[in-house]
Amino acid sequence: MAEERFPVEASHVMMFARSVGDANPIYYDPDYAAGTEVGAIIAPPTFAQASAQFTENYPLRPKIGEPWFGSGREPTGLKPKTGGDDANSDRAKGLHAEQHFEYRRPVKVGDVLILKPRPGRTWEKQNRSGHTLTFSEHIVEYFDQSGELVVTAISVGVQTGG
Amino acid sequence: MALSASKLKVGDTKEEVLVDDLTRTQIVMYAGASGDYNPLHTDDLFATKVAGYPGVFAHGMLTMGITGKLLTDWVGDGRLTKYGVRFVKQVWPGDTLTGKATIKEIRSEDGVSLADIEIVTTNQNGEPVVTGTATARLDP
Repeated sequence: MAEERFPVEASHVMMFARSVGDANPIYYDPDYAAGTEVGAIIAPPTFAQASAQFTENYPLRPKIGEPWFGSGREPTGLKPKTGGDDANSDRAKGLHAEQHFEYRRPVKVGDVLILKPRPGRTWEKQNRSGHTLTFSEHIVEYFDQSGELVVTAISVGVQTGG
Repeated sequence: MALSASKLKVGDTKEEVLVDDLTRTQIVMYAGASGDYNPLHTDDLFATKVAGYPGVFAHGMLTMGITGKLLTDWVGDGRLTKYGVRFVKQVWPGDTLTGKATIKEIRSEDGVSLADIEIVTTNQNGEPVVTGTATARLDP
């Protein structure tokens, strides 16, 4: 698999800050940012997650020319599978349970981050109605061009079994 | 502006209404910026008819992002060393979210002053939607 690169661009950071309702000029105004402790436009603390935009075959982004599981003429663009329960809702069953970030320094506009995923733990838990919940960690380390670690992102997903 | 260890004490809090009447448009903005286009968050027809939810709901990461503003407004820009949350309850369009951050510990590590912070964001019914912790670097 090719190395995944995440170029941190000014307009992307600006749009991300807007979307989380943060009008802090350190996220878009270079003149203001130059006078701050960091001295440059930085990204909000959860921005690392937006590297999804650069992930090849990211499953939650429509792929040009391929059917998408969201609605169009029908409530979903995928054909129902025969003989099973509603296979189209499979993707909806996985939920994001936890998210953790560890920062060595703020992410800055101009960084080109290299993503290094590594395996995490998997564990099971029974919920109150006796269903098995499977939790799994997905860890990604973001390194800068000089090989320094910038952010570690640990995401915990949960799947409900039968 | 960052917080100073000498002026801060355990139990200090900051509380703020983070979003009043969350709109579907803001959820769409987050989908576009983050790259998570899961129709559960933006496509009412899919969310109700296929996934069986009462409607679209916010990305957990949107609530985490909104809550992040409370932290950075308080501890200063570029001061977080850790930020983590659990997604406790779904956030729906129309929700009003209030964040509260509380200083749990002030300590020193390799000569650097750090504050450990507990965070909880609640909806208009007082139910926590995300809970978590953060650590921030302080001025002396």
